[in-house]
Amino acid sequence: MKELVVISGKGGTGKTSITASFAVLSKNSVVADCDVDAADLFLVLNPKMITSGKFISGKKASIISEKCLSCGKCFYLCKFDAVSYDDLTGKYVICDTACEGCGVCAAFCPAGAISFTERECGEWFISKTSHGTMVHARLKIGAENSGKLVSLVRKIAREEGVKEKAEKIIVDGPPGIGCPVIASVTGSDAVFAVTEPSLSGKHDLERVSELVGHFNLPLFACVNKWDVNPEITLEIEKFCVKKGIFFCGKIPYDKNVTKAQIEGKSVVEYDESPAAREISKIWGNLCGKIL
Amino acid sequence: MTVAVASGKGGTGKTTVAVALVLSYDRNSVLLDCDVEEPNAGFFLRSKSIKKEEFSVPVPVIDAAKCNLCGRCADFCSFNALALAGSKILVFRDLCHSCGGCSLICPQNAVMEEKNIIGEIHSAESDKIFFVEGTLKIGKAMSPPLIREVKKYGKGENLTVIDCPPGNSCPMITAVRGADYVVLVTEPTPFGRHDLSLAAETVSEMKIPLGVILNRYGSGYKGVEEFCEKRGIEIILKIDEDIKIAQAQSEGKTILDVCPEMKDKMCGIVDKIQKGLTK
Ligand code: SF4
Ligand code: SF4
Ligand code: SF4
Ligand code: SF4
Repeated sequence: MKELVVISGKGGTGKTSITASFAVLSKNSVVADCDVDAADLFLVLNPKMITSGKFISGKKASIISEKCLSCGKCFYLCKFDAVSYDDLTGKYVICDTACEGCGVCAAFCPAGAISFTERECGEWFISKTSHGTMVHARLKIGAENSGKLVSLVRKIAREEGVKEKAEKIIVDGPPGIGCPVIASVTGSDAVFAVTEPSLSGKHDLERVSELVGHFNLPLFACVNKWDVNPEITLEIEKFCVKKGIFFCGKIPYDKNVTKAQIEGKSVVEYDESPAAREISKIWGNLCGKIL
Repeated sequence: MTVAVASGKGGTGKTTVAVALVLSYDRNSVLLDCDVEEPNAGFFLRSKSIKKEEFSVPVPVIDAAKCNLCGRCADFCSFNALALAGSKILVFRDLCHSCGGCSLICPQNAVMEEKNIIGEIHSAESDKIFFVEGTLKIGKAMSPPLIREVKKYGKGENLTVIDCPPGNSCPMITAVRGADYVVLVTEPTPFGRHDLSLAAETVSEMKIPLGVILNRYGSGYKGVEEFCEKRGIEIILKIDEDIKIAQAQSEGKTILDVCPEMKDKMCGIVDKIQKGLTK
């Protein structure tokens, strides 16, 4: 079983539309939506939920106001400015979204007035789509630990993959290069980067390639909407050659990509469009290389 | 006044808007690029670099001569950044959140501090704009401390604009916190609507007023407008889909270079936000 992670560096390059198409084109694979912050894959794959579970991760602190002596120690010790003083009530309060759950305040409160409890950060789901099993998740509003949720979704997807004897796991990864991305690519088999022909897109691909290099993983790439700027597309192709990134193809700017999404379909299901043809070709290229 | 420009989904034109806001503004302003994983605003500014500095966070280092291996620091750490392994306390620097708990808890005073460089802060200037950008070092997971540091540069000006990281989790919240107003940039697609709904919920929870800019308008999809209508969120601007804008941006030009009429619209937005806030 091979695990392919689709990432993009910069967001909004068309990563999810392309991942959804791969999910449709591939036979016998499990799809995992690890872009837990903006999990959109379900909008085009139309999953039916089978099982779900809570994602508990980390802790959070809150002040039990009846016990609090208003000494202010928590306020001075918290390194994350999560504790504030409410002038109106004369009480200290902890802001849920700012608390990182380090536990310092709870450990040093002289009155034992801080409860330090497990935090429910989201939910995960195993669902069926007409193209196979999909594992996805929802991070709670303002929750932390998206990296851990990513790891959990991947773990569940692997278990499902083993059960079903799937050939591949296709992961829709998050944007950026930080914690959730690191959690997505660690221990996978190959990374596919969807980029755009712009100075920012090129710059982000450079950063992504450095990150993937850190993990010693093979990197594949394509340019989406390549005809928006053919010169930069060429530069990206050259960059790929220089860095040993396998360049799989370039997708033209095509209004059908948006139209498919509006219809709730993947690009390859929607129409025989130029973008759909190129995505199929890229998928063929990728399969040839990673399997 | 501080305006944070954010979007649930990446690539909707957040940086475009942030840059256009400061370039259109007639007085001094500050632009903070807090999208530290992929900072891109600098491409559009043609500014003169002033200084580049490394940014580090304090992480523990254990003085083996003092440590009696009681393990209390490792038990305390909520992020598994410390572990007792045989005759040694191991420190996993990149997991540390710099909470300071281990040094407070250690009975032997054996926990010292050292620096872990996680990124770089770059400041630059171009006529009326002071620009600061944070860049997360590759392989480092923890962006919020770097974002907090970049935000320290945004005080006391007429207008401070923050280009926020995408998403709705810790980095976005860190960037948005404390802003007077949040502009959420989205596009007229089902993905755009869904991600906007999450971002709007996050911002509302933080009790900050918000408005929406609908970019690449003209797909025919009405879901975003319906959502805003239902939630009573104002759409402060619609920018038509135009491949010329995408082309100009791909080579580092701004939307003002292709659509000069945007300048007045951007100024109008700033005025409107200001008036709304002082009301
Ligand atoms: S440290 Fe404890 S007693 Fe003191 S203000 Fe905080 S919660 Fe209240
Ligand atoms: S648990 Fe840590 S971050 Fe949360 S309020 Fe207490 S000291 Fe601050
Ligand atoms: S400073 Fe806090 S997070 Fe870092 S190692 Fe010590 S206890 Fe853990
Ligand atoms: S708490 Fe202090 S003495 Fe105990 S193991 Fe940690 S560093 Fe060593």
